[in-house]
Amino acid sequence: MTTTRRSFLQAGMAAGTAAVALGAGLLVPGQVLAAWPKKAFTAKSIDDALSALVGSPKTTASKDVKVDAPDIAENGAVVSVSVTTTVPNAESISILVPANMNPLTASYVLSAQSDGFITGRIKMRKTSDVIAVVKANGKLLTAKKAVKVTLGGCGG
Amino acid sequence: MAKKKMKIRAWVDGGKTTVKAIIFHPMETGLRKDKSTGKKIPAKYITEVKCEHNGKEVLTCLWGPGVSKNPFISFRFKGAKKGDTLKISWVDNTGANGAGEAKIK
Repeated sequence: MTTTRRSFLQAGMAAGTAAVALGAGLLVPGQVLAAWPKKAFTAKSIDDALSALVGSPKTTASKDVKVDAPDIAENGAVVSVSVTTTVPNAESISILVPANMNPLTASYVLSAQSDGFITGRIKMRKTSDVIAVVKANGKLLTAKKAVKVTLGGCGG
Repeated sequence: MAKKKMKIRAWVDGGKTTVKAIIFHPMETGLRKDKSTGKKIPAKYITEVKCEHNGKEVLTCLWGPGVSKNPFISFRFKGAKKGDTLKISWVDNTGANGAGEAKIK
C-alpha cells in the first residue's frame, strides 16, 4: 500500500482545483451566444476593442455626443454613466474605460425606434476617463469625461 | 428561485417611452478573490440583454464584466402606447438566463 492518507488527500485536492479551473475558464459564452463579441470584450486596448466591435479604431471627437458622469465617484464599483447623442440614425453606443483590465465595458445596439440616450452603471478600477463611442452613418463619434475614483471597484 | 430577479418600470410621456430596469445579478468579473479561502471567484456576468416592445427589439445591450452588480439600465424609445408590453430578457456567461415583463404606463 503506497497510498498514504496524505497523498490521497493531495490527489483529491489537485483534482478539485482542476475542476474549478475548468468551470471558470472554459465555460466561455462563445458557443452559447454567437452575437456577443468576445474578442472586443477581452481586448486589452481601446483600439483593439473598437476594431473588434465596430471594425475601426478611428474616432472623431464630437459635440453631438455627451457623457454624463460624476466628477468624483466615491465607490468605483458603481459609477452611474449616461450617454446622450443628438446624431440621427445612431446605431450603437459603447462605453469604454481605459483604466479597466478590458476597456470595453458595455455596448448598446440601438434600433430605429430608440432615442440616443442610455444610462447604466459601470465599475471603474481607478481614476480615468469614461469614453463614449457612438456609431452613426458609418462614422465613430466620441466624447469623454474624466471621473475621479476614490475607491476602486474591480475586485482585487 | 422564487425571488424576484428584475424590476422594470416603463411609461409614456410626450410620445416617448422611458424605461428603467434593474436586473438582480452578481456580475462577478472573475478577478475577485474570496477572502476566506483565497480562491478566485469564478466569473459570472450578463453578456446580453434584449429589450422588446410588443415582440419587436428596441435595444440590445452587450455587456462585459465591467458593468456594476445588479445592473441598472435606462433608455428611451418612440412608438409605444399605454398598455403595451415591454419584455427584457438576459443571458449570462454561464448560460443562465432570465426575463421580465412590464406593462407600459
